[in-house]
Amino acid sequence: MVRRKLMGRLAPYLLVLPGWLWLVIFFVIPVIAMLSLSTQTGDLIDGFTQTFHWQNYLDGWNEYHVEFIRSVIYGAIATILCIVIGYPVAYWIAFRGGHRKSSLLFLLLLPFFVSFVIRVVSWQFMLADNGIILEPLKAIHLLPADFHILATATAVVGGLTYNFVPFMILPIYVALERIHPEVMEAAGDLYATRRAAFRRVVLPLSMPGVFAGVLLTFVPAAADYVNASILGGTDQTMIGNVIETEYFTNTNYPMASALSFILMAALLIGVFIYAKVLGTREVLDMAVA
Amino acid sequence: MTDTMGSNNPGEHPQMSPDWLRGLLMPRVSRRMALQAGGASALALALSACGVAGVKAAQSTPSSPSAPAPTSVAGGATSAADAGSSSSSAATTSTTADVNAAYWAAQTKTGEFNFANWPLYIDVNPNNKNDHPSIDLFTQQTGIKVNYSEVIQDDAPFFGKIRPQLAAGQYCGYDLMVITNGIYLTLLIELGYLTPLDQSKMTNFYANASSAVKNPSFDPGNVHSMAWQSGITGIGYNPKLVGRKITSWQDLLDPKFKGKIGMFADNEDLPNAALCAIGVDPATSTQADWQKAVAWLQKGKPLVRQYYHQDYIQPLSRGDIWVSMAWSGDIFQANASGANLEFVVPEEGAPIWTDNMCIAKGAEHPLDAMTYMDFVYEPKIAAMLAEAINYITPVRSAKTFIEADAAKATGSDKASLQQLASSPLIFPPQDELSRLHYYRVLTQAELKTWNAMFEPIYQS
Repeated sequence: MVRRKLMGRLAPYLLVLPGWLWLVIFFVIPVIAMLSLSTQTGDLIDGFTQTFHWQNYLDGWNEYHVEFIRSVIYGAIATILCIVIGYPVAYWIAFRGGHRKSSLLFLLLLPFFVSFVIRVVSWQFMLADNGIILEPLKAIHLLPADFHILATATAVVGGLTYNFVPFMILPIYVALERIHPEVMEAAGDLYATRRAAFRRVVLPLSMPGVFAGVLLTFVPAAADYVNASILGGTDQTMIGNVIETEYFTNTNYPMASALSFILMAALLIGVFIYAKVLGTREVLDMAVA
Repeated sequence: MTDTMGSNNPGEHPQMSPDWLRGLLMPRVSRRMALQAGGASALALALSACGVAGVKAAQSTPSSPSAPAPTSVAGGATSAADAGSSSSSAATTSTTADVNAAYWAAQTKTGEFNFANWPLYIDVNPNNKNDHPSIDLFTQQTGIKVNYSEVIQDDAPFFGKIRPQLAAGQYCGYDLMVITNGIYLTLLIELGYLTPLDQSKMTNFYANASSAVKNPSFDPGNVHSMAWQSGITGIGYNPKLVGRKITSWQDLLDPKFKGKIGMFADNEDLPNAALCAIGVDPATSTQADWQKAVAWLQKGKPLVRQYYHQDYIQPLSRGDIWVSMAWSGDIFQANASGANLEFVVPEEGAPIWTDNMCIAKGAEHPLDAMTYMDFVYEPKIAAMLAEAINYITPVRSAKTFIEADAAKATGSDKASLQQLASSPLIFPPQDELSRLHYYRVLTQAELKTWNAMFEPIYQS
């Protein structure tokens, strides 16, 4: 009897055990190992030893704050562009898609059947100085001969926007799709203009979707390094590129870990401020959407 | 607000029902707190105890095991190839050699091995990209199957990829791998991640290898490596767009080419080429020289369009850049597939590098790999490879085979083979070789300074 009661009380915990183990093995342990590594000193030959050298963080920030700030700015611009481009698309599919909704969503995801890197490289091909887009424009003297898009910030931010826009559209679509048309009709019955109905009813109801979209877009975009290395030039290095170099090229594992932690902390703080502004309740709703 | 929505249409989105999801979510928050609390206490322990340290191979073993003298090796190789005699001859040398001989004596052929190489770095059947005639020939002769994979994009990421397994003393998945001399080959050797080669099974190597790749400075006595191919880091350019002859490193930074210049984004080719550009032999360069090289690179930076990894050849062929640091064989290969580029070894001198075959520690098929490594030193096989790869072949006598192939061939094949056989980029003449310099060998402490100085150039 007692035993049965105990089992009953333990059951929920046992049920979440696989999730727990998953988190511990693939998240908690690696994060602790990385945190430990980030305060070590040494080199590969002599090995890295724990010296609680927190200076790594300060050095990392002092040396690479330009790349940090640039990454956050690029990520933010790309995210805003994703909202501007993605919201109308999601709105149109949700309310005007009709029975073609699923085909439209499939089209949206179609590019994902091609590898991420290949998609970026094909942009490099299309945007080439004398490529299929710029060549004709230069031929008719719409653009000066030395005009180029590659190796500029525009190319990098454009690449980020292109790659992450579906991650913005999908959650917004899910949020909008749940809004019954009757809700808008009701707003109309209450003398709201179409604009007011959108601003005061549809938009607030879709905010959780936008929030989820921002998370799915901003965090990976700010940490991305593929776009910068393929589409960027000499002054478009992002923090992801720096971390890659520190890890692989310089085999400076403590610095790579410290930089990753600074990035993670910066993004987490950003997300929490963002959540605070929207209110805690919305954060939970956001996770639901 | 989602409450009303959720209860309105739970049927449509059973997996998305907010009530259900929040039910899962609410307790998860508290569990996460518990996790955090547990984590925090574990953290205190882990931070001080967490051992990512001590990667270095046992301090007792010397970092570069004493190499058997080349003469004794040659003797052993000619007398007999069986394990018995090689172990008896090794008995007179040091204990490391004993251990090594015992290791090799215990190995038997397994009938296959795994080969990690760089892309476009072997001959290819024109009708089937995945078929390599020289490998087929090897399998025919020896019965050993080669699992060939082009997984090495660059030394640094490949090293990063296999390091954890090697550090744990496990098989990294490849028996034979091709690593460039320099930082990462040195790391692999110093960390004891390579299996010393069986010198008695290097008959073709000692008979046919050119003097440039025997007993190289980065691996004295060829204890751990045999050259695959060598190459020059010089300047590649599009003569039509540049409009003049490029002869020196200073030409690369001509302000007229602003925004059309490519350079390498790495910590070996870029710094060593810059040292050549300021007239210093990288091998003997000092920190003051490095400073000058950095200044030279900084001066050129506003003119540079991009610092490239492996991907400069496309923009160069397309005309996005007109002139770039380049690897000799790449330009040859680009021209073979229709581009019209030129390669020049700048008059100030240029870096030369060698990609080396080596056997990973813990290899599961070392004897098969060893057999293959010596096989490619047959002049006929070396010629097959050189004809396809267009880098500097380690076997000079391959030239007669290429000439013979040229005599047999017809049309455009004949012309390109003749050009190949007489090319100074594949068989560099002696005066050219004297202008070529190997990379600076760096200690770990020097490497830190070196990286800190050169990294801000290509990464900003």
